[in-house]
Amino acid sequence: MLVVTAIAVVRMRSLFAMVMLSGVFSLLSALLFVTLDAVDVAFTEAAVGAGISTVLMLGTLALTSRFERPSKHSPLIPLFVVFVAGAALIYGTLDMPNFGAADAPAQTHVAPDYLARSPHEIGVPNVVTGILASYRGYDTLGETAVVFTAGIGVLLLISGLRGRRRRDDEDEATERGPGANVQNAASDAALNTGPKTGGQA
Amino acid sequence: MRHHLILRVVTKFLVGTIMLYAFYVQFHGDFSPGGGFQAGVIMAVAFILYGVVFSLEQVQRVFPPWIVHKLAALGVLVYGVTGLYSLLTGFNYLDYTALSPHHPEHGQHYGILLVELGVGITVTGVMVAIYYAFAARNPIISDEEW
Repeated sequence: MLVVTAIAVVRMRSLFAMVMLSGVFSLLSALLFVTLDAVDVAFTEAAVGAGISTVLMLGTLALTSRFERPSKHSPLIPLFVVFVAGAALIYGTLDMPNFGAADAPAQTHVAPDYLARSPHEIGVPNVVTGILASYRGYDTLGETAVVFTAGIGVLLLISGLRGRRRRDDEDEATERGPGANVQNAASDAALNTGPKTGGQA
Repeated sequence: MRHHLILRVVTKFLVGTIMLYAFYVQFHGDFSPGGGFQAGVIMAVAFILYGVVFSLEQVQRVFPPWIVHKLAALGVLVYGVTGLYSLLTGFNYLDYTALSPHHPEHGQHYGILLVELGVGITVTGVMVAIYYAFAARNPIISDEEW
């Protein structure tokens, strides 16, 4: 089903349907995680992958056109690259232990240690939360900082632009010097290129 | 989406439920799947849904952008200050035993609760802020275009 959805996404020309199908793809992979007993990961995938990112993609879609332009390049080279990368990945999986094997590194390294220690050290029934917030507290702090930084980045890129343009307009209104006008016009033109080309594409 | 009566009525029902579920995921994360990240996203979804179905102005009247931006920073601060507190009381950074030295397990509970709260606040703030940033740029699209 994942493969069918992926192929449908590639074949599709309507961007709206594509966004919806990528949401479906996330939901299906969330189901995959549930069957692998990774409930926390499945939860995150369903909430972030199928929920938020679909909404954000729709928000982006509203800024651009509804349909993808047919590509003028030959698909042979990308197809070749994809096949080589896929073959390398599949070759890599040949060395992996069988699914659920008891002697797999995932089962023998730190996991049994955490499982044995967390009931009396942390006392939280959900071991995943215990590991995330307590044993791996630094990592989670780092992740939170990453989320925060990403948010700041998006704000600076997207909404900071409007503030600057408005300030430029105010400057233009207050000081009527010819030099300032030229500068403002130039910066306005520079600022305008981004969204406009996006709209025409 | 002025004429979508069913959407508007259902949204009014759902927003409260979604928020309640976000709090459940947030504070019940010790016992069931979920935690700060998921709860933050679900909480943000409540606001985003409100914003999509009603309008950006209306959701920004409930949850103004300056609060959203402060919240995103506040979460990281809550997380960091929890660590600093344990550092100042003579334990390692982010060692939650500091929160209840005589009963380390309780300390772990409090610590995890605080830290997850910090994560949840930041994720809510950042997600809503990103949505605001995208939605504020939009030329309002008419319903017929969909």
